[in-house]
Amino acid sequence: MTTVMQIRDLHLRFPLGRSLMDHVKGRPGRVVQALNGVSLDLIQGETLGVVGESGCGKSTLARCIVRLYPPSEGSILFEGQDVFAGDARADRSYNRRVQMMFQDPYSSLNPRMTTGQILAEALSVHQMRPEPEIPARVSELLELVRLPQDAQHRLPHEFSGGQRQRIAIARALAVEPEVLIADELVSALDVSVQAQVVNLLLDLQRDLGLTILFVAHDLRLVRHVSNRVAVIYLGRIVEIGDSETLFSAPAHPYSQALLSAAPSLNPDNRGNATRLEGELPSPLNMPSGCPFHVRCPHASDICKSTIPALTPFEGCGEVACHHVEEINAHA
Amino acid sequence: MQDQSPILEVDRLNTTFHRNGRPLPALRDVSFSVARGEVLGLVGESGSGKSVTLRSIIGLARRYGEVTGQILWQGRDLLPMPDRALRQVQGREIAMIFQEPMTSLNPLLTVGLQLEETLQSHTDLPRAARRDRAVEMLDLVGIPSAAQRLKDYPHQFSGGMRQRVMIAIALAANPKLLLADEPTTALDVTIQAQILDLILRLADEMDMGVVLVTHDLGVVAQTCDNVAVMYAGRIVEQGPVRDVLREPRHPYTVGLMRSVPENLPPRTPLYSVPGTPPGLDALPPGCAFAPRCAACIQPCQQDRPGLSLIADGRQVACFNPVTKAEGNAA
Amino acid sequence: MSDATFPTDRPSLLRMALCKPGFMVGILIIGFSVLLAIFPGFFAPYDPNALDYLAVRQPPSWAHPFGTDLLGRDSLSRVIWAYQVNMQMAVFGTVFALVTGVVVGALVGYYRGIADLIFGRIVDAVITFPFLVLVIAVVAVLGPGLINMYIAISVVYWVYYARLMRAEVIAQMGNDYAAAGVVMGYSDRRIIFRHLLPNAITPVVVYWMTDMALVILLGSSLGYLGLGAQPPQAEWGVLIAEGRNFISTAWWLSLMPGIAIVLTGLGFSLLGDGLADLLRPRG
Repeated sequence: MTTVMQIRDLHLRFPLGRSLMDHVKGRPGRVVQALNGVSLDLIQGETLGVVGESGCGKSTLARCIVRLYPPSEGSILFEGQDVFAGDARADRSYNRRVQMMFQDPYSSLNPRMTTGQILAEALSVHQMRPEPEIPARVSELLELVRLPQDAQHRLPHEFSGGQRQRIAIARALAVEPEVLIADELVSALDVSVQAQVVNLLLDLQRDLGLTILFVAHDLRLVRHVSNRVAVIYLGRIVEIGDSETLFSAPAHPYSQALLSAAPSLNPDNRGNATRLEGELPSPLNMPSGCPFHVRCPHASDICKSTIPALTPFEGCGEVACHHVEEINAHA
Repeated sequence: MQDQSPILEVDRLNTTFHRNGRPLPALRDVSFSVARGEVLGLVGESGSGKSVTLRSIIGLARRYGEVTGQILWQGRDLLPMPDRALRQVQGREIAMIFQEPMTSLNPLLTVGLQLEETLQSHTDLPRAARRDRAVEMLDLVGIPSAAQRLKDYPHQFSGGMRQRVMIAIALAANPKLLLADEPTTALDVTIQAQILDLILRLADEMDMGVVLVTHDLGVVAQTCDNVAVMYAGRIVEQGPVRDVLREPRHPYTVGLMRSVPENLPPRTPLYSVPGTPPGLDALPPGCAFAPRCAACIQPCQQDRPGLSLIADGRQVACFNPVTKAEGNAA
Repeated sequence: MSDATFPTDRPSLLRMALCKPGFMVGILIIGFSVLLAIFPGFFAPYDPNALDYLAVRQPPSWAHPFGTDLLGRDSLSRVIWAYQVNMQMAVFGTVFALVTGVVVGALVGYYRGIADLIFGRIVDAVITFPFLVLVIAVVAVLGPGLINMYIAISVVYWVYYARLMRAEVIAQMGNDYAAAGVVMGYSDRRIIFRHLLPNAITPVVVYWMTDMALVILLGSSLGYLGLGAQPPQAEWGVLIAEGRNFISTAWWLSLMPGIAIVLTGLGFSLLGDGLADLLRPRG
């Protein structure tokens, strides 16, 4: 087990600027706290699922990893090198080795370039192949993602959503990356197309030995593809552990609620779900203490004042909850 | 649960749009009925015609295409009705909510005003009573401190709260039928669960029928009484949710269920129906699903199977339906 | 597993152009204008500067379809020769502004930061100032003449192009293909010029078309005021100015170049509208 990437205490704040009222009242400007101390290890060859609700920071984390956003605090080490260190930023080879696929298959491809041009560009910029061998490699990539050869000469708008995601996968694979970040890769697709793309991803991972960070809100899908899973709530990891363990016996009250909210295919499971009250607090206005205490049925005084640390819990992975032992003793 | 006679009966509904002079058969021979208190799920992939069905019922589709057949609403056919008469039914007796609550609310008007507007046009309540009713509605859909929030604008609500506001507006006039077009697709799971619970509770309290369009079989399993599975503009299977999901008979329903990763060994290949749905302008002559179907037999290529009754309340449109044993093996 | 067939609904550009009569008319007008501008000698029946004191201020006739001016020169030939000057204005009066504006706008839109703040102030300064007054001021400093007029227009006009381009680049950056470029490790230059620019330039090209019409109008106005082309050069503004004193007796002197201006303006507008539809990415 080699760790390819270490994320340490990552914070990301987006300042919204001070409004006139803020200046008048002498308030500081408002800040969106997107990530609040995320630490993660990505292990060679694994699929790490990241789940959470919209606005929890999971996509921000993905974009941070590929250096689309520089973090406010903390570091990302790739093979021991800080990817945000001064000289490392100029090194574009990191971007070759760590690739990302985006959620929206309609906006992630340049509408004016054909599939062939998109793939050839990736190959030639990073000099993956000598110029004369590029057309052959483009054909190979199309075959890899199971697109017909005549796709080369077509523009993105001529493809369906699932086909576009295949093109995006082919583009990412063109530069022979070691790590793939899949940000809601299949969320915009129909179930049967989702299944095709997920199968493709699993095959490619096996054949090419890829490490995948799979960000999604669909719990069934994350459970299916991941080896390990991290549950994120308001920019913090609240639970992380082996996928099957976490899904069959979630320890954090938020993971429990999230799982029981996912609609099961079995009509007999109706009505026995624990429902969460309330909604996700705004990241502009973070609650004190444990970010989940406002919605948590087990919250006590300590939850309002102290942020629980992510600590190992027997039989599970790591859990960030003051009351994890009582909660799981009851169950 | 739905022992009453149906309030809505859709009979051989056909909707055709035109693109570049060519007809696109968006709906073909769609028939179903909804009783008071019943929740019917319409499930299918994009382009299967599930949203068009709702839009045809409420009279939105006829502006853009041809709608034929019969839509019997409490005994009256809605199709030949002039726009003015139809508007009396829309909103007052039949209400609709959409996937994206932000775009269906007017961003420049307060929520209270939009609620009152609906009440004004669909009820005979006097002004003061309208305000009380508006507060009552927001309260009913679970918006905290309803009276204060009447003065807020749509952007001051979160996604889930906006969908609640939409539901409040839709239900303000006490409709007898709610058409819900993917009402929770844009929402997170925990919020989705809240909204679905809310719709179910209100359907029950107000004795209202619901047609719920969704692409998520899980949502169907958890909320609906009956389900109709749509493919390429036709209903291919319908029946009570429990029976259909436990023993799907149409090969497409089986495929749809199998592509959901539930109760599968992790990281194994997911089943997916081979190929893609046909374009509406290039439907095969026989069964529309035949080119992708593993159980395709000779007649499937030439003839189109009609919906036929196979068991109590269960219909399937297939010449070679999946048997129980096969369904379980799948 | 992959589906081997794609819908083939890709109408050729030519067919799309033929479907839009307005666009066709625009192409015809501008195409013919360009021909007139390049080969005026071929189309003009007379030498535009040949004086004929025996036929002064003659009304339109078969020999002189647009009549003759106060020195007996053939009006039609002068209007045709003026195409050379006025079409040249449309190009040189805009192209420098276009190129500078596109590049500056794209860079400012991509990098934002302090450069964007400075740019914002420049835009404010230029836009709050009456455009014509600004151009006249520059011409007044540099002296009248066509070259100085081009300089004056370009100095002011690039700001409008840059503003449009900046807004469009920022809008395009909301699409993930721009982020994908960064993730792919592409250079900023490649992302700006290979990816963002082709997608952002459509409104700028459309604006350019209408702008050419505006610049012809502006150039003619300056010519009319004596600040642009100088007589005896044939230029529509100059021609209108020459006929100004005879508007009641020899109306054709001012009317014919006026019609040429209107027609060319119309041509550019139709062309711009058609291009807007044509260049919009489909799907």
